[in-house]
Amino acid sequence: MTIFTRRTLLVGASAGLLAGCDSVANNPLGRKLLLSDEKLHQPLQRLLIGRTARAPEYRRDQMSPFFRTNGTRKPDTPAYQALLDGQFADWRLRIDGLVERPLALTLAQLRAVPAQTQITRHDCVEGWSAVGEWHGPRLALLLDAARLRPQAKYFVFHCMDRFADTPYYESIDLVDALHPQTILAWGMNGKALSVGHGAPVRLRVERQLGYKQAKFIERIEAVASLDGIGGGRGGYWEDVADYEWYAGI
Amino acid sequence: MADAEPRPEPPAPPRTIYRHRVATRLWHWINAVAILIMLGSGLMIFNAHPRLYWGIYGANFDHPWLQLPRWPGWATIPAHYNLALARRWHLLFALVLAFGLLLHMVVSLINGHIGKDLRLRRAELAPRHLWADFKAHLALRFHDPARPGAYNIFQKLSYIVVIFGLIPLAIFTGLCLSPGFNAFAPWLLELFGGRQSARSIHFIAAAALTLFIVVHLTLVILAGAINEIRSMVTGWWRVPEEDA
Repeated sequence: MTIFTRRTLLVGASAGLLAGCDSVANNPLGRKLLLSDEKLHQPLQRLLIGRTARAPEYRRDQMSPFFRTNGTRKPDTPAYQALLDGQFADWRLRIDGLVERPLALTLAQLRAVPAQTQITRHDCVEGWSAVGEWHGPRLALLLDAARLRPQAKYFVFHCMDRFADTPYYESIDLVDALHPQTILAWGMNGKALSVGHGAPVRLRVERQLGYKQAKFIERIEAVASLDGIGGGRGGYWEDVADYEWYAGI
Repeated sequence: MADAEPRPEPPAPPRTIYRHRVATRLWHWINAVAILIMLGSGLMIFNAHPRLYWGIYGANFDHPWLQLPRWPGWATIPAHYNLALARRWHLLFALVLAFGLLLHMVVSLINGHIGKDLRLRRAELAPRHLWADFKAHLALRFHDPARPGAYNIFQKLSYIVVIFGLIPLAIFTGLCLSPGFNAFAPWLLELFGGRQSARSIHFIAAAALTLFIVVHLTLVILAGAINEIRSMVTGWWRVPEEDA
């Protein structure tokens, strides 16, 4: 009988701990503490990785036989449908904000920029991974062409897909924007980027998780701060849930 | 006449010994909380994609070696589906777990916990001794009457496996799930056979740790929960009467 009570006590104590976690997360101070993990991990990781260390690249025979789509499979706006019907001839990639020379590139112009090919792993925050081949110019080349102002610290990727009425967006900082593997991919697995994977152009920022790889990009805005953009936390999922802005882990 | 009557011996006072150093006790409890939070939040993260694969990649159209139903709310942190918050718990307490273990290893090396208490002696590993200790466990005798404060051989082996094997394995496979860390140490990712293999091994390490916790708690109860828990709080442990 005593054994039963003691065991109940122990099991009860750990169940209490698990339940206690939820009340911590609901308390403003507890929430603040809980969300501080990112403030520790980001500098730790940046210290370890450095600016130029590369994400692993793979061989062709190591690629996923089928690369699943996720997030928005197809933006459901008439504007996107019209662009798709015109094979993106009317699409422009705008690069503006804190730049000396704002750009509005056609898809043909973007394809004329020297491109690189990389076979990398896409890791969804949910846990699955897929390996695919991406093709497109380095973001750094385009930012050079637009001539960044010294105040430019972050780059916001405005997308054409909507979650209810909220536009999807994501952002990265200078370190990842200038990284040698950060590209604007218009090709995937040897073909033009499909609608499911973000046609006409998506971001590849290879040292971070899947939700940073913005699809259906129409505008890249250089900013000094992420305040005042969307919900102010630097991305759709960062705003609506509590996902980390730094998604390197 | 009364003087001739032999006086009954007064009962010997229960012998207590100082069994656990403050560093061991502190780490034990910090680590216990961290591990429980890691398990609960880890199961919630697992729920986001409850399939495990071997190799570099693995997603819905690939073949999983294990597919489980989602874990119920009483086992997960948070109790309701929330991947973002589960990650916050997991990544925050990952730091407590990893740096806590590192510090514990350094301190235990200095204060002799590793060199004396956990050190395996040749005689203990002899089949005859292992068998005798196994039979003693079945009889619920966990302490050597000659050295009641010492760990028995199965205790030593399980603590060594947990401290130097399972927790480090969980930490390193966990680090390999980070695409940022992969850029820092691609060789470690390759050692584990790719990211989805690392994820599978991470889950297996967590399952093995859970098994350890269940056995550990069962033995605490069988050895006398109050005495055992008190000794891990205050350091002082009462020698069981049959041994005293």
